[in-house]
Amino acid sequence: MIEIKNLSKIYATAGQQVLALDDVSLAVKKGEVFGIIGLSGAGKSTLIRCINMLEKPTQGSITVDGREITSLGMGELRFARQKIGMIFQQFNLLSSRTVFDNVMFPLEIAQVPRAEANKRVQELLELVGLTDKAGMHPGQLSGGQKQRVGIARALANGPKLLLSDEATSALDPQTTRSILKLLKDINRQLNLTILLITHDMNVIKEVCDRVAVISNSRIVEIGDVLDVFSNPQTSTSRSFVNAVINHEVPAELLHSSTERNGETTTRLIRVSFIGASAGQPLISSMVRRYNVDVNIIYGNIDRIKDTPFGNLTLEIIGHPQLLQEAFDYLRGQGLEIEVLTNA
Amino acid sequence: MLELLGNNSWVVDKVLVATWETIYMVLISTVLSYLFGLPLGIILVTTAKNHIMENKGLNRVLGSIVNAARSIPFIIFLILLIPLTRFVVGTPIGTVASIVPLTIAAIPFVARMVETSLKEIEWGLVEAAVSMGANNSQVVSKVLLPEAMPSLLLGIAITAINLVGYSAMAGIVGGGGLGTLAYYYGYQRYEDTVMWITVIVLIILVQGVQMLGDNLAGKIANKRR
Ligand SMILES: Nc1ncnc2c1ncn2[C@@H]1O[C@H](COP(=O)(O)OP(=O)(O)OP(=O)(O)O)[C@@H](O)[C@H]1O
Ligand SMILES: [Mg+2]
Repeated sequence: MIEIKNLSKIYATAGQQVLALDDVSLAVKKGEVFGIIGLSGAGKSTLIRCINMLEKPTQGSITVDGREITSLGMGELRFARQKIGMIFQQFNLLSSRTVFDNVMFPLEIAQVPRAEANKRVQELLELVGLTDKAGMHPGQLSGGQKQRVGIARALANGPKLLLSDEATSALDPQTTRSILKLLKDINRQLNLTILLITHDMNVIKEVCDRVAVISNSRIVEIGDVLDVFSNPQTSTSRSFVNAVINHEVPAELLHSSTERNGETTTRLIRVSFIGASAGQPLISSMVRRYNVDVNIIYGNIDRIKDTPFGNLTLEIIGHPQLLQEAFDYLRGQGLEIEVLTNA
Repeated sequence: MLELLGNNSWVVDKVLVATWETIYMVLISTVLSYLFGLPLGIILVTTAKNHIMENKGLNRVLGSIVNAARSIPFIIFLILLIPLTRFVVGTPIGTVASIVPLTIAAIPFVARMVETSLKEIEWGLVEAAVSMGANNSQVVSKVLLPEAMPSLLLGIAITAINLVGYSAMAGIVGGGGLGTLAYYYGYQRYEDTVMWITVIVLIILVQGVQMLGDNLAGKIANKRR
């Protein structure tokens, strides 16, 4: 759906040059929800704004739905933009218009006949659950309702692609969740491709299929959300994942768990699991089979889309030989084992 | 006040006629100055750096002309424009003739007022429209102007009030209206009564225009809240 090749963007301001995007390449598939995460100033907004040419790329090409956006003339570009919806952190609704007329706005731009447009607006308001607010002005709505209007507006001309620039960053967690759910619903119902940027890993976790991590103007990691969560490859990704899932083990635990006591050894391990194995009683069968004692130090189970995923930090006490076999057993069951202490 | 007038009922007639002349001059020149000043203000805004029709050269040229025009005192304008007025209206004297210098003096003022109003609009709104595929005239007519409407209306009121003042000045050099009345009777014939009545009528006019502007702007702003 989107094909970005070797995209670079340099902002030239008052004698200074800022390299906001450095040779970025990226492909977003049709129908997927693709997230881009990065710290403030990493270049996220620049990247998403290049896709509908709100920013003109310095170098590289962008193709959306088979059309090279970067080489279109002004008229063609305007037409292409009608088919690329966008929602914003600050909603950007017109205060001079009612909710109804705000959703009507893109249809006016596209010169859709009035009767047809009216019908379309009604449908959209129904879709986002704001039929009863049609006559209100944006100033009378809550943040979440405003963003629903923004979404309805972005969908008005039946786009194939929706761009979301921090659409939930101005909302509280609960409202964020309801907006994300709406996005997920329209992604499924309309087979709409969504590209969203955020600095919140929770957003990625809730709705995205794939994620790209952007750091210092470059994409440093790209992959399925589940993979990036369970096995982040870069320090940037790790810190984002850790913000959502606590992987770190407190230092005092590492020390207290190293003592040896006669025949038995104590080891601290972290078990990471994804998918079906999370539902099986593997730990208890390990305890029975290898005659080890288990002390659960810390645990976290989460869901990414419909896949359970998480990690357990365990203190395992047992005969060294049996401990080794126990670990192998868990590995054999598809779990990932990381030994945090070695006695 | 009626007592003050006594049997001078001619004063009432004169004042009524002069008031109407002033309203007429101000109304027509306000309309005409917006006819030219509004597009000029829109161009000043949209050709500015990073705006939808960025054009450094045009922006600078228009900006300089507007600044130059605004630095000429109105009384000088009156004299400078006599040939033009004579050409357009046929005579430099009278109510209709005054409309020419009033309008021309107000155009650069209006352009700056409009520019200020439109600049207040959040850039995100313009970008949202552009991201939907709006062309420049759609951005102006569907975003900039409607969003700035309360502020634009206040600008119209301020312009009209300024023009009431200017029209009085024009009146002194034969432009008609309340200015001429005050000058002939108040200054040249020492009819203090006429002078004071003129002042009172002017105050009422200005108050009225301001209240009308505030009211309309307030109503619109309230509805949007
Ligand atoms: N119009 C501009 N002119 C000059 N520099 C800019 C402009 N827009 C962005 N930048 C710079 O480009 C870099 C990337 O900015 P960008 O807005 O893309 O970051 P971001 O990842 O969206 O950050 P945030 O999370 O804070 O929104 C920053 O260093 C920023 O200062
Ligand atoms: Mg940003």
